[in-house]
Formats: sequence, C-alpha cells, structure tokens
Amino acid sequence: MPTVRSYDQLREDVRSRDRSLREKVVSLEEAAGLVNDGDGVGLGGSTLSRTPLAMIWQLIRSGRKDLKLYRSIASSESELLLAAGVSRYILTSWFSQGIIWGVSKVMRHYTENKLAVFEEWSHMGVGMRFRAGAMGVPYLPMRTMLGSNLTNRLEDIEESTCPFTDEKLLLVPALNPDVALIHVQRCDAFGNAQLDGLSFMDIDLAMAADKVILTTEQVVSNEQIRRRPDQTKIPFFTVDAVVEVPFGCAPHECYGVYEPFFDHLDWYAKQIKADPVEGARRYIDEFIHAPKDWNEYLSKLGTAEIVDAARRGRSIYDL
Amino acid sequence: MTSERNYTATELLSVVAGRLLKDGQVVFAGVGVPLFAATLAQRTHAPSLTILFEGGTIGAFVEPGKLPPSTNEQRCTHRANMLLSATDVLLLLQRGYVDIGFMGGAQIDMYGNLNSSYIGDPDEPRTRLPGTGGGNDISSLANMIVATRHEKRRFVEKVDFITSPGFLDGGDTRRGSGLLAGGMYRVVTDLGIMGFDSHSKRMKILSLHPGVTAEEVQDNTGFELLVDDNVQVTDPPQESELNVLRELDPDRMYTA
Repeated sequence: MPTVRSYDQLREDVRSRDRSLREKVVSLEEAAGLVNDGDGVGLGGSTLSRTPLAMIWQLIRSGRKDLKLYRSIASSESELLLAAGVSRYILTSWFSQGIIWGVSKVMRHYTENKLAVFEEWSHMGVGMRFRAGAMGVPYLPMRTMLGSNLTNRLEDIEESTCPFTDEKLLLVPALNPDVALIHVQRCDAFGNAQLDGLSFMDIDLAMAADKVILTTEQVVSNEQIRRRPDQTKIPFFTVDAVVEVPFGCAPHECYGVYEPFFDHLDWYAKQIKADPVEGARRYIDEFIHAPKDWNEYLSKLGTAEIVDAARRGRSIYDL
Repeated sequence: MTSERNYTATELLSVVAGRLLKDGQVVFAGVGVPLFAATLAQRTHAPSLTILFEGGTIGAFVEPGKLPPSTNEQRCTHRANMLLSATDVLLLLQRGYVDIGFMGGAQIDMYGNLNSSYIGDPDEPRTRLPGTGGGNDISSLANMIVATRHEKRRFVEKVDFITSPGFLDGGDTRRGSGLLAGGMYRVVTDLGIMGFDSHSKRMKILSLHPGVTAEEVQDNTGFELLVDDNVQVTDPPQESELNVLRELDPDRMYTA
C-alpha cells in the first residue's frame, strides 16, 4: 500500500463512515474489536501524559498482532506493546520509559536484536505528518531534519525546492492511521471530547485517523458539553467509540486528575532493568492478564498510590 | 582546586549555562540542566526571559520540589501563559520566535553535530539510544547551547550519526543543506565554555573553569580544539546561584 492515499480514496473512506449524532458508549472489550491485526494505530498523549493505557491494556489482553504504532514520544506503554508481542514496529521521535529512568532496556533489546523496528522522525516531523493527514493534503513542507542523518534512513521523505523562494524544503507525507486511541478528561456519549491541559498532537491525530476510540475519565451529558462548546476539541463525527474508564492512563498521568504513579513506575523500571524480556513478561502477566477487569488492575496498583497521584494531579489547579 | 569545590558538575553546568542567557530571550528548554539554567537565569539576571517546553508550554515557572519528569507532564504548565499543541510550539521555532535552544547528546563533534540515536554503525548499533525527540527541530532552527560532561567518548572526531545538526562539515555546509537559521552557539562542560570559529565553524575554547588548563580540556577531547586568543577564566558559581538550584531541586534528583 502506498504511504499516502489518493484524495479520491481519502474522501471515500470518510464518506463511508457513519457520521450521525449517535450514542457510541461501549466496553473496553467491544472497543478492542474495532482494532484489527495489522492496523496502524496512533497513540494519543505524549511520554507519561494522557497515554491511552486502558485501551492498550485491553489490546494486549485481546491478543492483537502486528499493530504499527505511531506516537509523538513513546514510553512504557510502547515497551509493553513490544514485549507483549502486539507490535514490532513503532514510529516516534523518542522512545524510552523517561529521562529519569535512563535508556530503555526493552527498547534496546527489541531494536538491537532486530525484533522490532523503531522508525525515528523528528518530533515536528511526526507532528507535521499527523497535521497533513488532518488537513487532507498529501504532504507538508518543513525546515527541519534537513542536513541530518535522520532522512537517510527514511523512505517516505522528499527534499524539494520551493517554487516561490528557491529555498530547500523537506516534504513529509500525510499519516492517516487506521485507528487513533485517545484518552480525555470528559466527553459525551456521542464523542464530543473536551481535553484539559496539554493537547500534544491529539487533535490532529483524531482528524487524521480513519477511526477514533476515545477513553474518558467521565462520560458527561451532551447538555454539559453544549454549555462550553469552546472547550470541545474533538468533534463527535470523527469518533467511533467511547469508553468510560476512570484512571484510564494509570500509571501515567491525566492532566488535572492525577499525576504519574512514580513509585509504581520506579518499581516497573527496576523489573525491566533486571531483565527486559522476563521482567516485562512477568509484569504483563501480573498486571495485564491476571486482573479480571480494569478495576481489579487499579486495585493492584493500590489505593495509596491512586490517592497520592490524584492529590498531586488536582494540585495543578491550586496556586 | 577540585577538592575545594562546593558544587557538583551538574550545578556548575547549570550556573555557567544560565549566565549565557540574556534578559528578554525566548528559550526552548528540556528537563535537567537546561531547565535549571533557564530558571536560574529567570530568577537572577533575566526576569523577563521566557521558557518554552516541547510539550506545548509557553512561559512556565517551575515550582521548587516539583520538577517535571519530562517536558510533557502537567508540572511543566505551572503558572504558564499559554498551552499549545506540541506541533504548534515547535512551529514557533520555525517562525523564528525562539532565540536559544538547549540540549545535550551522547556524542558531539568539532562542528557541534550531535548524536542521540545510535552508538556504533546505525545498521548494527552497539547501543540504540532513545532518539531525537525535538532535538533535531530545535537545533535546525535556533541558536544552540549544549550542556554536557566533558569526556573523550562524548567529544568525538566524527559522530556515529547526525541526529541534530550543528555546522555539519563546517564552513557554509549547514546553510547549503537548507538550514538557513540557527546553529551552534556555545558548548558548556564541566571544564570550560566552547564557541565556534566564525569561518571554519570548528569548536574553540573560549573560557576555562577555575583550575582547568587548555591541555586538560584537549586531553578530554577526541579532536583538535581551537583556542581563542583571549581565553577567559570562568567565575566560579556563587552561593546565591547555588542556593536557587538547591531550592528548585531539594531532593537533589538532578543536581546530585
């Protein structure tokens, strides 16, 4: 399949979607059914923030295979997707658990042994690809990545000369994922999504994708949404499923609701540092496969950690 | 001399880098030394300096003891003026609103090219590193300050991979590649401050930290450094500067 779809195809793919104002609240399991093996999956949020972890957790439980991952900056969620055998390909600008935990042993194991591909674009490169996808244009020009060695290792990239100024520009192709997974603070049953704090690349990602699965801390009424339409950042007709999952980013953060669960993330980092394969496998068994549902997973993270993360999360609104 | 120091290498880097920033500048900072340097400048000689984070924050004021783990968490937004999407904050660099970018890297060469992607042959790397993040974008579009430990394994003749462009092969090659703005400004290490020759674009010693000789810097560098005709001696960190850093990071998460 070519990197960039023809405009005829792009329009046809949107035309065939049900864009009516309809309720689309489903369970995590049902939402996972919208993701097919081999799909290109855009992950919302960045690093430890607003990571759609509940949906990722469910995709691992559902045994999805060969997903291609796209994320602005990848962290432990992508380590888990590689280690669980769900994905062998990730397109991102930076991939490690986080600066404070050093270079990811899982990322190193899978990439250095060629068990997975880490396709590296600059942060703006990833952003401009989602934006081109969101705009319905086949590419966008930009002024970075030129001169570096990043472009040597990428096929879908083209140096060009500006027809107006004769300046060199880099053309990056539109990225239209098969499905986007995005976590928000609140949305209604139709998928009108309000997100607080940093939006990262999520709005472009939602507009670019062929399907959007929203997980949300809270499903609110459409009346509530209509009180502050200026706060709605993702329009309902781009959304295909809504799943209400409190603490749906745990142990990552959700702006204004909870900060990262630092103790758990430190503990996780120790497990995978000791052995990136076995450590990750044990973690996945214990925290992803064993719990009977998301709430039991949260119980395993522990009340003390949840309360502490929530207290720190709400503190952003206190001066 | 070394034994009398009452500061860590990270504190020294942060203080020296912070002094290079000027009041009124718009600075793109990462966590660790860049954030300490920019915040220190803000609280001393540069109160109207603005910090941007790659996650989308304009005008952050970091709260003491609540340092963000990366530039993408809510802690980055404390008392900020504005939050943008990550793509839009990077586009501010392209539009030209940012004076200084700040970063590190696993390797740097004599032209200031940085590698944060692969150690060894990129096809068969000894170590796959986390990658560019916004580093390539920032170094393609802004004047750069690099803050790093001065070690021979970091200061190499030729980087294994150019993740973030410095002056490429020197001379006019950066401009020739299509990078019309920005470039390396200073490299700050635990030994001294380096700049770049205006014609050849080779790295040059501008200032030596107290007790450090030019030979010592050269011995810790994998390529031949130029030496400025008028090399300075860096003023040691002042108590007042160190106090600001220690207030920001009371648990010494980053400054130890």
